[in-house]
Amino acid sequence: MVAPQLFRSARLLSSRLSTPIRPSFQQSACVPSVLSSRKYATESGVKEVTVRDALNQALAEELEANQKTFILGEEVAQYNGAYKVTKGLLDRFGPKRVIDTPITEAGFCGIAVGAALAGLHPICEFMTFNFAMQAIDHIINSAAKTHYMSGGIQPCNITFRGPNGFAAGVAAQHSQDYSAWYGSIPGLKVVAPWSAEDAKGLLKAAIRDPNPVVVLENELLYGQAFPMSEAAQKDDFVLPIGKAKIERAGKDLTIVTLSRCVGQSLNAAAELKQKYGVDAEVINLRSVKPLDVETIIKSLKKTGRIMCVESGFPMFGVSSEILALSMEYGFDYLTAPAVRVTGAEVPTPYALGLEQMSFPQEDTIVKQAAKLLRL
Amino acid sequence: MPPKLLGRGAVQIRWRKVATSPRRWGSSISQRPGSDSVRFPGAVNSKFTTQMSFVKPADIPAIPTYRVMDSDGVLVDTDRGPPDVTDAEVLTWYKNMLTVSIMDVIMFEAQRQGRLSFYMVSAGEEGVTVGSAAALSPDDVVFAQYREAGVFQQRGFTLQEFMSQLFSNKNDNGRGRNMPVHYGRKYPKMHTISSTLATQIPQAAGAAYALKLKALQNPNHPASVVACYFGEGAASEGDFHAALNMAATRSCPVIFVCRNNGYAISTPTLEQYRGDGIASRGIGYGIDTIRVDGNDIFAVYEAMQAARKLALEGGPGGGRPILIEAMSYRVSHHSTSDDSFAYRARVEVEDWKRRDNPIIRLRKWLERQGIWDEDRERETREDLRRTILKEFGAAEREKKPALREAFTDVYEEMTDETREQMQELKRILQTYPEEYDLRQYEGGADSL
Ligand SMILES: Cc1ncc(C[n+]2csc(CCOP(=O)(O)OP(=O)(O)O)c2C)c(N)n1
Ligand SMILES: [Mg+2]
Repeated sequence: MVAPQLFRSARLLSSRLSTPIRPSFQQSACVPSVLSSRKYATESGVKEVTVRDALNQALAEELEANQKTFILGEEVAQYNGAYKVTKGLLDRFGPKRVIDTPITEAGFCGIAVGAALAGLHPICEFMTFNFAMQAIDHIINSAAKTHYMSGGIQPCNITFRGPNGFAAGVAAQHSQDYSAWYGSIPGLKVVAPWSAEDAKGLLKAAIRDPNPVVVLENELLYGQAFPMSEAAQKDDFVLPIGKAKIERAGKDLTIVTLSRCVGQSLNAAAELKQKYGVDAEVINLRSVKPLDVETIIKSLKKTGRIMCVESGFPMFGVSSEILALSMEYGFDYLTAPAVRVTGAEVPTPYALGLEQMSFPQEDTIVKQAAKLLRL
Repeated sequence: MPPKLLGRGAVQIRWRKVATSPRRWGSSISQRPGSDSVRFPGAVNSKFTTQMSFVKPADIPAIPTYRVMDSDGVLVDTDRGPPDVTDAEVLTWYKNMLTVSIMDVIMFEAQRQGRLSFYMVSAGEEGVTVGSAAALSPDDVVFAQYREAGVFQQRGFTLQEFMSQLFSNKNDNGRGRNMPVHYGRKYPKMHTISSTLATQIPQAAGAAYALKLKALQNPNHPASVVACYFGEGAASEGDFHAALNMAATRSCPVIFVCRNNGYAISTPTLEQYRGDGIASRGIGYGIDTIRVDGNDIFAVYEAMQAARKLALEGGPGGGRPILIEAMSYRVSHHSTSDDSFAYRARVEVEDWKRRDNPIIRLRKWLERQGIWDEDRERETREDLRRTILKEFGAAEREKKPALREAFTDVYEEMTDETREQMQELKRILQTYPEEYDLRQYEGGADSL
């Protein structure tokens, strides 16, 4: 396993570890400072909404609009959800449509898939996607494949949702990022919201989509407030699955990222501007599958340089995929080797210092970008 | 695997001895004419009946709950005599229960102050954990869920070990890789706790099977069992059912100890299952089962002791699984991330705390025996509190694990790639020493 090429990329991956050790329990800033200067601020009717409330709104609106929908999972009803995303839904929609289940992921996921195959539109919440591993067969072998294998007879309009990826102080079995796992399965659609608008628009799209859709939320974003436009506050707001969003336009470097890393990348971009005067373009993927290759390649052609930032493990990940696509579709436009900043190649440790070194931090992104741009 | 790969080097096991159940080919089953019972292969002793009636669980009386002393600490059945344990032993149990209980209060508070990210207390379940562990031998193996600090305490886990794990310092057996309360120890062997519910249950059956094979291969190997702990909530996972069936069919010497404490986070047992607790499931899998009063440490101890004997019956190659359902009440919040008054009444909790609690019950017993009193109680509590706080302070001040520990043990031997990454990190840390405060990490950058 000592191919010279692997060494090179391994070096790149590892310098992500160059994070200063931070004091305990710091709330790492994932709302970019640039937000305050964004266009939202001047728009009328813009409201600050947390990702949690945005998801809650999306659920409430879709439960209201479509009698076929129902939500089930551990602690979703009485307790309002482990992270309070389903707050108030039991009171509003009753125990037939907001269902607490025993601790049997394989059971309630299987039931949800069965209900979807029978024509209902279940929303299946996992306490975290780490526990969806208990039910993975239903998601991959049944939900993703049955429509195809039944010759198109059996529908499977189901939404799987829950927190995914890095959290704080919960160690390896609660911190894994599964974007690449689900992103590799034909038959599934996969979205990963960052902002409140993303959260609402993508979750609603997922529920309405006739296919199985995996909505990868992030625990550290739930409490984060984002400006939400007037249009997004309405109950007809949906975002298209498969379209990325350019969160920050730039000409010198394309940063492709998703979920919580979007905020980190925007902060890094602001620092790059301030320190070096370079303009990074930050693309929020929003959708992992289908992937908006067009937006990525268009940006790459403009900037000539591409970097991926994600919290998954380095190998066979979302970044690996995007780097491969950049090579396939943008090779002639690249003026520097593409780079990825990812989670470390170790099961996430608990100890605070070690944990922080295991995930991309803003200064890692800045440093890697500076290196890529030879600044 | 192609047979020749097994090779001459492979350990010789006399497989035929392993099979204690009838050999499959010897159990040819056929229906005898005129017989009054069924001889189908799947149900060999079922009587024929002309009454069409469904078995109604509600008509079957609930499995009784074994107890030795009542909630006032009084022996219920005076004919049987007191439990067969020395005063010294019982006093050790009591102190172990107190230790865990006081540590819980201190650590819960410490979490609230932000000194560790997470904690789980076991208030109300000290009788189940300490009492069952007391019946184990040091060679027995434990798989726990997370609310079994009493098992660790009773089996010699030191306060320093608890605190080092909780503060993930350099002395932590888990090297700072696990969430607090995910303890583990090499000997007496207690497998490191896993966050994913119920995975320990089939693994325990597998480990018990390994012990059985070990005993077959080496007659000098001490006869030992696996004790596997889990909550009634975790028993809803498929893993629980798979484990019981596998353990029964492979005759694994494993004792399944279900801590039925009434709740799984906010989910009460009524929403978790509809049968007669977890005990009724053991019977369905053909496993000898008992339900005990978990607040009665003597009942737990005696049941565990008997279970251990049964599990090892038949000598090497024999053995079988046992299920114990220990009833108690989760007095505490589920964890520091939970506020249980959102889903249960405060009075309900207060009632259990005061009226029927394993520690208070044993204290009453001890006082009746004349080996405990108010003064000793106060002194012991103060003493324990002081010792715990001392270890707490020491562990909190202790250095964090070496940076190297982020990389070691991903594989048995570090791969070239990992080594390369580690060297790169070292180079960066040494190039920019002002940027990184490495003082709290054992060995600083040199550990890399
Ligand atoms: C596979 C899996 N699903 C869900 C969880 C989240 N979870 C952690 S503890 C818990 C409740 C377990 O209850 P129980 O088994 O009764 O044990 P108790 O907490 O009562 O001791 C849940 C749902 C998990 N850790 N793993
Ligand atoms: Mg429980």
